[in-house]
Amino acid sequence: MSAILVYVETKDDQPKKASLEALGAASRLGGDVVALLYGRHARAAAAKLTGSGAAKALAVEDAQRTHFSPEAVVAALAAAAATLAPRAIFFAATSQGRDLAPRLAEKLGCAQASDCTELRSSGDGKVEARRPVLAGKAYTWIRAKNSTLVATLRPNVFAEAKSGGAPAVESMPAPAADLKSIVKEIVASASGKLDVSEAPVVVSGGRGLKEASNWKVLEDLAAAFGGRAALGASRAVVDAGWRPHAEQVGQTGKTVAPQLYFAVGISGAIQHLAGMRTAKTIVAINKDPEAPIFKVADYGIVGDALEVVPALTAAIKKAIG
Amino acid sequence: MKIAVCMKRVPATDTKVKPGAGRPWIDSTGVEYVLNPYDEFAIEEALRLKEARGGAGEVVVVCVGSADAQKELRTALAMGADRAILLEDAQAELRDAQEIAGALAAAVQELGSELVLLGKTGVDRDQSQTGQRVATRLGWGCAIECAKIAIDGSAIRAEREIEGGREVLELSLPAVLSCEKGLNEPRYAGLKGIMAAKKKPLETKAPQYAAAQVEVLSFEMPPERSGGRIVGSGVDAVAELVRLLQQEAKVL
Repeated sequence: MSAILVYVETKDDQPKKASLEALGAASRLGGDVVALLYGRHARAAAAKLTGSGAAKALAVEDAQRTHFSPEAVVAALAAAAATLAPRAIFFAATSQGRDLAPRLAEKLGCAQASDCTELRSSGDGKVEARRPVLAGKAYTWIRAKNSTLVATLRPNVFAEAKSGGAPAVESMPAPAADLKSIVKEIVASASGKLDVSEAPVVVSGGRGLKEASNWKVLEDLAAAFGGRAALGASRAVVDAGWRPHAEQVGQTGKTVAPQLYFAVGISGAIQHLAGMRTAKTIVAINKDPEAPIFKVADYGIVGDALEVVPALTAAIKKAIG
Repeated sequence: MKIAVCMKRVPATDTKVKPGAGRPWIDSTGVEYVLNPYDEFAIEEALRLKEARGGAGEVVVVCVGSADAQKELRTALAMGADRAILLEDAQAELRDAQEIAGALAAAVQELGSELVLLGKTGVDRDQSQTGQRVATRLGWGCAIECAKIAIDGSAIRAEREIEGGREVLELSLPAVLSCEKGLNEPRYAGLKGIMAAKKKPLETKAPQYAAAQVEVLSFEMPPERSGGRIVGSGVDAVAELVRLLQQEAKVL
C-alpha cells in the first residue's frame, strides 16, 4: 500500500494541532505516513512529531526565503509526491490548507475532497472521504478514480495518534518555484485568541443578547474555559455590525466542530444549524421554548440569556476550578 | 482592464434538501436557485474596480450552468456587468471543481482578461477549490478569501482573515482573486439596471471541461441529532446543566 503524505503546518517550531489530527487520521488508514514541513524551523518542528503517527518527516528548510509563498510549498509537495506516489495527500482544512490543497491537486491533476469529516480505506487501498455539502445539510462519499486523492480535513474532528515512535527526519532542499504570491505580513489580532474554527469550546451569541454591549457575559463564559474557548456569532448579529464576520458561524460563515458549543440567544435558522451541527455537545439558552435550536441541542435552558449565562459562568468556574 | 467574474447558480441557503432520484445530488424539484452569495462580492468588486478607472474596461460574467442560469447571469448584468457568457450544460450541477475550473480557465483565456474575480466558495458543494485551480491552470498568481483588494498598476495587495490574525499577500496581474464576505456591500439591481440587463449581450457556448478524477460514491442525509432535552428554566436549571455536562457529556 502506498504512503499518505501529510502537509504539517507549523507555528514557530511547533506543529499545529489540526495537522497532528491529519497525521492521526492518516496513520489509522494504514501504510506509511510521511509528513512534510516547510519553513525556517522545519527541522525543529519535525523533531516534535514523536507519537504523531508519522514514520518519516521531510523537513524543507528554506533560509533564502524570508516570506511564506504558497507556490514554494506547493512545489515542495509536488516534488515529494513525485517520489512517493502517495495514495492520498492530506492537509488540515485551515486557511493555509484551503489555499494550498487545490493548487497542488490541479498541478498534479488530482481529485480533491474538501473539509472531510470521515475517512476510510477501500478494499483496493483507495482512500475514500466523507464530506459535507450544502453546509452540512447533506454528505457525500467520494474517492479518486485513478489519481491520488488530495483532501483537507476539518479541524477538531479527527483524533491525534498519540502513540508510536519518532519519525525519521530527512532534510529536503526547497525546489525551484515560480513565486507569484508572497505573504508580506501577518498581523496578529489584538486578542491573540483562538479562532472559532479551531477552538474546542465555542460560545456563540445571537439577537437574544439584545445589544452588542451585552457580549461581556459571553466573554466571561468563554474566559471560564481558560483560553480553550472562542466566541462565535449568528449571521443576524454580524449583519447588524455587533460582531466581526470572522466570528460568524453558519452557511455564509464558518463551520465548526467543537467538543462543546453554546448557542446563546440564537433561534437556530437552518443556515446556522448547518454550521454547528457536528459539534459534539450542544447547549442552547433561549427565551423561546419553541426555538428550533432546542431540537438540535443536547441540553437546553429556557430563559433570559443575560440572567442564565452569568450564573452558568460562575458554576462552570467552580466545576473546573 | 477586462475583468472576468466567475459565478455560479446555487440552491438558496434556506433550502431544505432531500436526495434526488438516480443521481448523487439533491432533488431540485421546487428548489429556489440564486446567484451564489460569495459571487455577489466578486461582481461588486469588479464593478468598483471598473468605476475607479473612470469606467474604462469591461466586466464579463462567466458561468458554467444549465440554461436556467441565464436568470442569475441577468441578475449580474442588472447589477452592472457589461456582458455574460453561459457555458451551458444541462448537467452542470453535477460537475466537479476540477472540470469546472478547466472550462472557466479556457473561457478566461479566450476572453483575454487579466483579472479573474470569484466567490471564495460555492454554497452548494462547499469545495473552495475553483479559484485556486483556475489560477494554477493559467499559471497566474492567486489570493483567496480576500477581505480587501487594492490594485495599483499591475501590483495587487490582498488581505484576508486567517486563524488569529490577518494576512497581507502581494502578487501581480494576471491573477485570480477569490472574495470573502465583508469585502464590500453588493449593490441591489434597480429597475433601470434590470431593464438595461435585458439588452446586454448573453452568449452561450459549450464548456471545455477538464477531465474529472472524482468518483462520487453516495449522497446521504446526516443523521438527525437526537437532542431536544430541556434541562429546565432560568438560573435554577444551571446546576443540573453543569452536572450533566460533567457527568453525562463529560465535556467539562
